This record gives sequence, C-alpha cells and structure tokens, in this order.
Amino acid sequence: MSSFFEPLEFAFMRDALLVGGLVAAMCAVLSCFLILRGWSLMGDAISHAVLPGIVIAYIIGWPLAVGAFIAGLFCAVSTGFIQHNSRLKEDTVMGVVFTGLFAFGLVLFSRTPSEMHLDHILVGNILGISKSQFVQTLWMGAGVLAVTLVLRRDLLLICFDPGQARVLAMPARVLNYLLLSLLSLAIVVSLQTVGIILVIAMLVTPGSIAHLWTDRFDRMIGIAVVAAVLSTLAGIFVSYHIDGSPGACIVLVQALVFLASLLFAPKHGIFKRSAAEADGHLPSSQESGVSGH
Amino acid sequence: MSDVSVAYPNGHMALRDASFRLDSGTICALVGVNGSGKSTLFKSIMGFVKPRSGQVRINGMPVREVLKQHLVAYVPQAEEVDWQFPVSVWDVTMMGRYGAMNFLRIPRAVDKAKVEESLRRVSMWEFKDRQIGELSGGQKKRVFLARALAQGGRVILLDEPFTGVDVKTEEAIISLLRELRASGAIILVSTHNLGSVPEFCDQVVLINRTVLAYGRTSEVFTEQNLAATFGGVLRQFQFEHSTVQDHDGRAIRVLTDDERPLVFGKDGHLEYKDRDEHGELLKQRAETHE
Repeated sequence: MSSFFEPLEFAFMRDALLVGGLVAAMCAVLSCFLILRGWSLMGDAISHAVLPGIVIAYIIGWPLAVGAFIAGLFCAVSTGFIQHNSRLKEDTVMGVVFTGLFAFGLVLFSRTPSEMHLDHILVGNILGISKSQFVQTLWMGAGVLAVTLVLRRDLLLICFDPGQARVLAMPARVLNYLLLSLLSLAIVVSLQTVGIILVIAMLVTPGSIAHLWTDRFDRMIGIAVVAAVLSTLAGIFVSYHIDGSPGACIVLVQALVFLASLLFAPKHGIFKRSAAEADGHLPSSQESGVSGH
Repeated sequence: MSDVSVAYPNGHMALRDASFRLDSGTICALVGVNGSGKSTLFKSIMGFVKPRSGQVRINGMPVREVLKQHLVAYVPQAEEVDWQFPVSVWDVTMMGRYGAMNFLRIPRAVDKAKVEESLRRVSMWEFKDRQIGELSGGQKKRVFLARALAQGGRVILLDEPFTGVDVKTEEAIISLLRELRASGAIILVSTHNLGSVPEFCDQVVLINRTVLAYGRTSEVFTEQNLAATFGGVLRQFQFEHSTVQDHDGRAIRVLTDDERPLVFGKDGHLEYKDRDEHGELLKQRAETHE
C-alpha cells in the first residue's frame, strides 16, 4: 500500500494533487448548474472555443487566461446572437460556432512559432505546472468556487424558473451571463489540469453522478464535490503508476464512478428503479391530501 | 394596460393596441386560441417583453416599479417546469420569498413562517420534503400557488392552471382564488377551459392578437364574442329548435372545446350563473341524450 502513496514524496505530485483537487471541486459545483440548465453542450463549445483566445493572447503578450476567457464568452454570446437572429436552433448554431473557432485556433497555432505544446493545451499538463501557474490556478479556482457557492440560490432559481427571478426583479440576464462567465473562467482554470478536450467531463460528470444520488440541491453539490475530488486524486495516482496521461486518467475514473452510480445509486440507479417498479413503489401520481380551506 | 403593441425581433407582431383595465378584487379570465397573444400579454405584465408602444400600469405604477415591490406573482404552465429538478416543495415555495431576503437568500424566521402558512393554506404542508416531481399535477399547481402566496403578490398570473388537474383540485384552487379576491388581489387566469370560466371569473378578456372585448363575464362571454375570438376553432352543436324546446325549452347552441360545454340561450348569453347551475344543466342534457 505504501508504494501506492509513493508519488506523495514528490513536490510536483503534491502540487498536482492540490491543484487537481481544487479544480475538481470548482468544476463539480458548476457542473450541478450546468446539467440542470441543459448547458452541457455549451460547456463543450466554450472549452473548444478558448483555443484561438489562448493563441492570440500569446501573440500579443497578454496573460493566456484573459484571452481564453474573452474567446469563451465570445462563443457563448455569438451563439445566442445568431440563434436569435436566424431560424436555426441553439445546438446547431453552437456546433458551427465552436468548431469554427477551434479550427481558427488550430490554424493560428500552426502559423505561430512558439514553445507551447499543442497536446498540453488539448489534454492538460498537470504534472508540469509552474509556480506562477500554480498560484494563479489556486486563486482563480478558489474565486470561482466562492462566487458560485455564495450565489448558488440565485443561480439555481434562474436554472429552475427564470420567470420567477424576473418577476422578483432579480437581474436574471446578469445572473445568466455571470453563470456563463463562471463557466468560461472554470474552463480557463482547468486547462492546465485536463486540457481543452477533457474539461467538459469535469463540468458534466460530477453533477450527473450526484443527480443520480439525491433529490436535494445542496446535497447534490456536496456529492458532486466529493465524487469529483476523490476521482481526481485517484486518477492522478493511477496515472503515476501506469504512466498514463493524468487528465485522461482523472476523466476515466470519473466515468467509472458515473457508471457505478448509474447502476447502483440508491435513489435513481437503474437497479434501484427496476426494483421499485417491480414492487410498485415508484412515486405515485395519485392525487391525495386535498382538503378544504 | 393601454394600447399595448408588442413585436418580436423577427418582426412578428404578437399584440396590437391591446387595452383593458381591471379593478382590485377581481378574478379575470384571459381567453384566446393558441398563438393569440395570451403569453405575450402575460410577458408584458411580467416585464419580460417591452411594448413597442402603449403602456402597462399596475396601481398607477409602471411594471418595473411594481416588480421591484414584488407585487406580481405567477404560476407557470406545467410544461415550462423541469420536474426532475432536485428541489423540494419547501424549496420551491421559499423561492417566493427571495425578493424579501438579502443577497445570500438565507431564510429568516419570518420567511419560514410565511412558507409554512402558505403551504398549509393549499393543504401541501405534509408534502414539504417531497421532491417536486413526485407530486401529482394538481399538487404541483398548489405548490406554485403557495409560492405566489408566500411572495404576497397582489397581481397573480396563472397560466393554464387547470390543465392536468382533477375536479377536486380545480375546486380547491378556485376557492383559494376567491379568498385572494376577497383580500383585494387581481387574479388573471389564462385558460382553455371555457366551460369553467363563467363559474368563477368575474371578468373576461377575450384576445386574438388584440383585446377583442373585456368586461363582466355575463356581458362579454357571449356566443358572438366567442365566435369572433375563436374563429371557428371550437366545435359547435346546433340543436333542432323543436327538440330543445321539447326538453328544456332554453338552450339552443352549445360551444365547447372541453368536457364542460358552454350553454347559450337564444339571445346568445350564457344560460347559467354558477358552477352548480352549470352542472345541473349539463346533467339534464346528458339524461336527455340517453
């Protein structure tokens, strides 16, 4: 067993575990909103669309995170704009916009001489994280996590019933864009850990796992965070021992936890549901409890 | 609401020069076919769409101001809600209190008391910990009504409240709406259930891209006005004059799109005043057909 924890002896592994854990927690909290809002594809789109932002920021000497953030938001806003002003549906527009932006990023990258490795951007490089990146990731991750948690009730309301938010004169549009901005920031923060291609897993899988386990939102957040952090730590250990890509190992462990939850989750797992159906214990739609006033 | 016109970005004119006025302590039905602008009219009262011209005023104030005071509450259509959402009956009702809380939305004792009172009023207190999707159609409606009560809205908008609801719940909702009316609230109900409109609504707004007619139900809910509103969408049954006279001597036409057909007399006005009288009339009719 001690050999399993051998990676803890190395500073770069301890850094990776710390950053990975924080990024996992941040993405897990956001993932709960994302899957309830039906924005899984939006997360995928934004994560691909940040590539040109990163390359342009590199060319003009800005922090890469700023370029990525702007490109991510541009993807979300332009998707909304095109959808409102054409007859096309949102998923169609998104498919065109994000692949277009991603391709633009690839072309720019191939024409820009640099020391950046494309595969580090695409699948992350958590073990090679520099001190400044380490600090930046921790601060930004903690910031996104804190804002999301503090405003979770408002964000939940705009996901569940945006109409109610508006009749209460809450800034529904601002909250919507705030959620999009948090999503873009989370993607930027996660790039180092899992990269552009796999970040969507961090932003969808934990929430999906938790949704199978509970019918309470606060509990859903807790379960998502625990599942994501443990999967991430386990994934990093596994990657050390099998010498595999850490980002891919993290996502793979999460996917296995999802599969187990899908089958065995006590509330909405497939086996539990079929057992309940056999016993006739599924929630009834019978009217009951009507009494006078 | 005076001379309100609403156009969407694609150029579609959803509402043109719509005007009506409601006094406090009123239950009013908003009646029209799909696409007639019912939702748009609701949206303009809720401040979701900005009229191109005209204005909506509530208590003499513009919509923005009224929303800031949390005076408008609404009960959404069942299809608009994701019932798989991980929120309980308690959580949903508490959402009515968000406007009264600080930005952290941490419920105070007064919020909890208000939520409990509202849930008890709609007989849903014992279901407070249930996930919202585990309820029946009628129970779900009552929870959203409890949210409107907890909010303390003075203008309550209900979008198709009787769809997927059994008769008992419909009666419970109607009796609650009457209580709210007695407390001075304005209740605007968009509905397809034409039959039940005269049973509990004091006023009616008939709409088809504009307000065709509005006013007291007994005056506005006429055969002629409904024919204009629905333009042949409704099923009409014309009874032989002699047959009808043989049996009840009164009704000559039936107009319906649901299981509680409207019954009009020879002058084109409704043949009944309340739910009981309507029920009796329908019963007589059924017996006659047997």
